[in-house]
Amino acid sequence: MHAVLLAASDSLGQSERLLPVRGVDWLIIAIYFVVVLAIGFYLKRFTATGEDFFLAGRKMTAWIAGLSFISANLSSLETMGWSAMAYQYGMLAAHAYLIGAIPAILFLAIVMMPFYYICRTHSVPGYLKLRYGEGARLLAGISFAFMTVLVSGASMFAMAKVLKLLLGWDIHSSIWVASLTVAIYVALGGLISAVFNEVLQFFLIWFGSLLIPILGLIHAGGWRGMLEKINQNVGTIHPNLQQADFTSLWRNLGSFDANPMGIDWFGMVFGLGLAVSFGYWCTDFLQVQRVIVAKSLRSAQNGTVIGAVLKMCVPLIVTIPGLLGLAVLTNPDGSLMVLVPQNDPRAEITHRTFNDVLPLLMGQYLGPGLLGLGVTAMIAGFMSGMAGNVSAFATVWTYDVYRPLLNRNASDQHYVKMGRWCAIVGVLASIGTAYTLFWFGNILAFLQVLVFFFIVPLFGVVILGMLWKRATPAAGFWGFLVAILFSVGMWIFVHTFPDGYRPQPQIIIRQSEIKEDGRLLRVEPAIVRLQHQKDSRGQEKLTRIVVEQGKVHTTNVPIAGDSQDVFFLSGRWILQKAAELPAHVRQQGAEKSADLRVLAPRVIEAGTQHETRFGVDGVPVVLQPGVQVEATEIVNYFNPAVFNPAHVRYVARSEKAQEMAVNMYSAFWTLCVCVIVTVVVSLFTRPKPESELKNLVMGLTPLPDEGPCPWYERPILWAAVVAAVLVAINILFW
Amino acid sequence: MESEHQVPIWFFIGCVLLVYGLIVSATGVYLWIVPPPEEARVKLYEYHADVWWGIAMILFGGLYCVRFWPRGNSSYQSAPQRREQA
Repeated sequence: MHAVLLAASDSLGQSERLLPVRGVDWLIIAIYFVVVLAIGFYLKRFTATGEDFFLAGRKMTAWIAGLSFISANLSSLETMGWSAMAYQYGMLAAHAYLIGAIPAILFLAIVMMPFYYICRTHSVPGYLKLRYGEGARLLAGISFAFMTVLVSGASMFAMAKVLKLLLGWDIHSSIWVASLTVAIYVALGGLISAVFNEVLQFFLIWFGSLLIPILGLIHAGGWRGMLEKINQNVGTIHPNLQQADFTSLWRNLGSFDANPMGIDWFGMVFGLGLAVSFGYWCTDFLQVQRVIVAKSLRSAQNGTVIGAVLKMCVPLIVTIPGLLGLAVLTNPDGSLMVLVPQNDPRAEITHRTFNDVLPLLMGQYLGPGLLGLGVTAMIAGFMSGMAGNVSAFATVWTYDVYRPLLNRNASDQHYVKMGRWCAIVGVLASIGTAYTLFWFGNILAFLQVLVFFFIVPLFGVVILGMLWKRATPAAGFWGFLVAILFSVGMWIFVHTFPDGYRPQPQIIIRQSEIKEDGRLLRVEPAIVRLQHQKDSRGQEKLTRIVVEQGKVHTTNVPIAGDSQDVFFLSGRWILQKAAELPAHVRQQGAEKSADLRVLAPRVIEAGTQHETRFGVDGVPVVLQPGVQVEATEIVNYFNPAVFNPAHVRYVARSEKAQEMAVNMYSAFWTLCVCVIVTVVVSLFTRPKPESELKNLVMGLTPLPDEGPCPWYERPILWAAVVAAVLVAINILFW
Repeated sequence: MESEHQVPIWFFIGCVLLVYGLIVSATGVYLWIVPPPEEARVKLYEYHADVWWGIAMILFGGLYCVRFWPRGNSSYQSAPQRREQA
């Protein structure tokens, strides 16, 4: 096994700031904050009643409904996250905007919207109340309120981290300034305010982001040039995926190892295209709320179809930048920049992460002014995501938890006041969640899949309720509950390691702190000597690292103690005699040895004053006497950040399945369980009488007459056009 | 959403884009006249994207400002909106 130099990345400079924001950029950011607050104050006068505050007066036109529908989903977590996915999975990431969204949005527009709209529900849990009764509504309402607060907190935490990384902003200031701004404008203007800001954010995101793919494609030599560069670079960037095809939508889905996601066409179609997509777009109230408040059924349907068109355009500003990251993202010296996953030990030490691909491209192409616009778009996206969650939380809490459980007969004014307080309490709860994540960062890994736990079962129950009048109230409750528990159980199963999981052996070299009686006396820099040798091709190769001074943190590396033949995996001590760490370590219970990973985020080369940093696999390390050692042994029996391949193959049909593939298959099985349980329980329990199902179920819901409709305003026509374009795109990029 | 007395959202958007366009294009023109040092330049600096992108924003924002200028009861509404209302 050869030692592999993990390309110390020059992108990590001395300062933590990634983007050089200047005065003009600050001006653009400041204007944005002033505008959103001014809009909130202006709109307060239009929110006198509950319908105004929670449902924007049910006056939205199709265009505003469509823009708001798609903007609520276009948060910065989405744009940065899916650019990172495109960097990680290549063109397959675009499926999230094609088969993973469009069929479901069109289904919502044409099939489901009449039921939501005609029953005049204020929320998706509200529909469950009408269709199944109080049990299903409370389960959905409480789980949704809980989920929105958590997701909003996660969004806030992510924003603070990103602003710290990009701009060097203090995390606490970012959280409080952004949160208070959101709290003020949502508490003042309710859903109208959230929708106004979402529409504004939509334009800011496009104007702030569209230049990146335009300039990137010019830089790469056009579309073909980009694909050629990706094929050249991908072996270096993703060395474990040499055989995978990064530039196809469907051609590489014939087998699990022909694509970087470790998925096949069945998982993509039925996992993403059916379960995840229909669950998210048809029943996530945050989305659905934006269109069910349109001024007419036709506006709601057309608004949703407009949303589908806009959704198909999003890959331009999300997927293409991720692909450009594989093609043209370079270090300042012109060499190819390699990004790593967030859970990679090198992340933020020697390498930037996948999540940084969009900000890095911004820094590469956008100068003063444009950069401020890009950063403003990012902040707007975060705040708008928060506002969407908070306004949805206020509606669901007030109408689906507070009113049925705590105060049934209060006045409309009372509920509006409750909604305003909910906005503030929701933001404060989100701040609490953000701080929880700050201290327990790995919880973030749980939140990524939290949405799947609830929305997929919710879709199963709602769609059966709409299409099958035999579905009973008991079945709605039990189908929902059992599917949630099944989904959580499956997630625990794939992250469980009965024999224990040991992370790769690793050593991090850092400066040492000399203390006496707990007082810091001085800090000594880490000093290393790097020994090289020429290989058969005449290239210099790192063969040994000698740590002469400093402190080393080791994980799962046995280190010889001062007495012979005694090795320690954990403890703290100062070496009295030199210790040698092998290049490859055989871990307990493992069939083969693993490379020792060495990370040096900031060290000085012996004999020079030259500060350097590097990451390397499979090179022996010698620790000289006097070096401080802090050794840790880690064995996990449950780790939410790592999959157990032996368990994954039962869920995702392949041991090679990556996170995305596991999520898609999990969603599919959850939907199957939900449908089976709901149907079986329905067969053994008593359905509601038909008189109570009027306007709720297919066959018992007459469509209202909205007057004559010219052909060009018919939702079904435009839905068919969008479906045809979707097919054409898939064939074009097959 | 756009009741009789409410300024249309499109007008707000037009104003924001117009102001941002002015700032971006003015910065771009300044950097064209006073170029930053070579090492401080972004990639493809020679295309002066900030100038033409800023102008595009001014045109788009200006169009929205004029088209949706709040003039009273329903005169600011677009034709399709008026048809929809009728």
